[in-house]
Amino acid sequence: MTLSLLRRPEAIVAVALLLAMVIIGLVNPAFWSLDNQFGLLRSNVVIGIMALGVLLVMISGGIDVSFPAFAVAAMYLTVKGMVQFNYTGVALPFVAATLIGLILGAFNAFCIRAFRMIPLIVTLGTASVVRGLLLGLVGTSTINVDKMPPQLIDFGKTDIVNLTLADGSRYGLTAMILIYAALALAVHLALRYTMIGRSLYAFGGAPEAAARVGFDTRKTLLFAYCAAGALAGFAGLLHSSMIWLANPRDFVGFELDVIAAVVLGGASIFGGKGSVLGTLLGVFLLVMIKNSLIIMHIDTTWQQVVVGLVIIAATTLTAWRDRMRVA
Amino acid sequence: MKTKGAERGAFDFRRLINREDNIGQLLLITAAVFVVMAALSPEKFLRFYNFESISFVFPELGLLSIAIMVAMLTGGIDLSIIGIANLAGVLAGVLFHRLAPGASASLGLNAVAGGIALALAVGVVAGALNGFLIAKLRITPILATLGTSQVYSGLALVMTGGPAIVGFPAGWNFIGNGKVAGVAAPFLIFLVLAAGVSFILSRTAFGAKLMLIGANPKAAVFAGLDTERVVFQSYVLTGVLASVAGLILSGRTNAAKSDYGASYLLEAVLIAVLGGTNPAGGRGTVLGVSIAVLALMLLSSGFQILRFSNFLIDFIWGGFLLLVIAINVMRNRR
Repeated sequence: MTLSLLRRPEAIVAVALLLAMVIIGLVNPAFWSLDNQFGLLRSNVVIGIMALGVLLVMISGGIDVSFPAFAVAAMYLTVKGMVQFNYTGVALPFVAATLIGLILGAFNAFCIRAFRMIPLIVTLGTASVVRGLLLGLVGTSTINVDKMPPQLIDFGKTDIVNLTLADGSRYGLTAMILIYAALALAVHLALRYTMIGRSLYAFGGAPEAAARVGFDTRKTLLFAYCAAGALAGFAGLLHSSMIWLANPRDFVGFELDVIAAVVLGGASIFGGKGSVLGTLLGVFLLVMIKNSLIIMHIDTTWQQVVVGLVIIAATTLTAWRDRMRVA
Repeated sequence: MKTKGAERGAFDFRRLINREDNIGQLLLITAAVFVVMAALSPEKFLRFYNFESISFVFPELGLLSIAIMVAMLTGGIDLSIIGIANLAGVLAGVLFHRLAPGASASLGLNAVAGGIALALAVGVVAGALNGFLIAKLRITPILATLGTSQVYSGLALVMTGGPAIVGFPAGWNFIGNGKVAGVAAPFLIFLVLAAGVSFILSRTAFGAKLMLIGANPKAAVFAGLDTERVVFQSYVLTGVLASVAGLILSGRTNAAKSDYGASYLLEAVLIAVLGGTNPAGGRGTVLGVSIAVLALMLLSSGFQILRFSNFLIDFIWGGFLLLVIAINVMRNRR
């Protein structure tokens, strides 16, 4: 029992995560303060929701580098629309942002399916198209906190618990973490118990076989990329409500972090492998390593190098593991 | 599905174009771009100065595109070329500042030669690391180079601490800005390297093996090819080409930074695919890629003259990429 538990891909991430936590905690015990832990959890939300979408795409054997562009388009268009029409609700904008992402994701799926082109190259193209249109036609100026719809900001400020530090400053655990948890659960259940979820694994493992046993592979592909786009659109607006501004140049280079987190979580780029639990752990590990450099008294310019090394280490491990399986 | 196009039987003009050799089609696109731009803004577009400035900007993008093409020949990709290029420029800049603190711009030719050697060494080492991860450890090229691109640009960032390194010696700047017999020096470097890579790919055993591995990896193994070594060497070649691009870029702008030319990655991929390279491996020519660079250079200089927003040019690059992919698919379905 314990052995089979250790063999699971999530186990490696979990062990790495615990090890990293112990080391960081030893270097600076401030790591374990509730304040810091709440901050870390908060930083998980946006990248984590996007990672759930990338997970779906990677299980289907594809890759998506366009979702940050979609997220920024959904966020900026929605906030701009809210400002324009003086809209005061919160639910409808989130639906709108999700839909924008979904439609753009459908475009990805269409291009990949119709042109039978490598997803990396298609999504590079769609990302450039969407970013170019957004900045060229919609606008380049950031919507600052004074212009932002106050309801959106209030929504992003919601906390589950509120505590006061010794020096009187207040801190809390953001309620957005509940949204993240709910979405993670939904994706987990979809992957586990629905036909479309199972078809993702089947298609990612062996596309031809999946088609032969009767899966509608077009629907599978459409689902993966639409879900990735929708989650990115939602996360984009959530991001802007949490940081109180909408910057049309946001999320540049974000795809690297998200893909790294998903790969850390044990998903295979060849498809057919990956789990929500692993992805959650991978996201937490990546966010923690990035955010803890300051706590460990390492210059933040090293951040990129560290992330790169983590990606290389994780991919080396998974490549090695996959070869062991085959052998 | 495969015969859909044939059933429709439309688009007879496609027969005019030889499918195996898309150089003709490329030349056609290039000529079309040229004619349209020349017609829209003849007095500005047709000036000598415009073409001269293209011959200075062309080489760095051209070399990066050829670098990506070499990686694509084995069905791989190298996302770290921009990182390698910037790291090469930054390290050379750091060397110059160490050699003559405060007076790096007045360094002589010996120092420049040392800088070139260092930049090329960066290309070899970085390419070798990519090759090791991909060929030896069997990491997927996308992920391996995604990781190393972070490491390379990250190292460049650590070296510079953020701002650009400026003050390169005159000899170094000559590489990017100088003229030899009236021709742009970087353009000459490009011609020499392009001819060299073309020779390697079409006339040497290494090139033949590279193509074979890309076209059918299994057959290559059964034919007894040392796949590991050939793939490894191909990434070293990619790294060296990228480092030369970085050398030219830092020479032309007299500066090196960790995040210069980030948009070059998309453009290089686009050009490689447009130039007839098959991203799944086995097909691609230096000539095709070179013509594609020229087409896109004309296109973007034309749009700049027409005062298009830079962002819309991004949109056009991306749209062009999708369009070319779509056209290729239509043609192949016939």
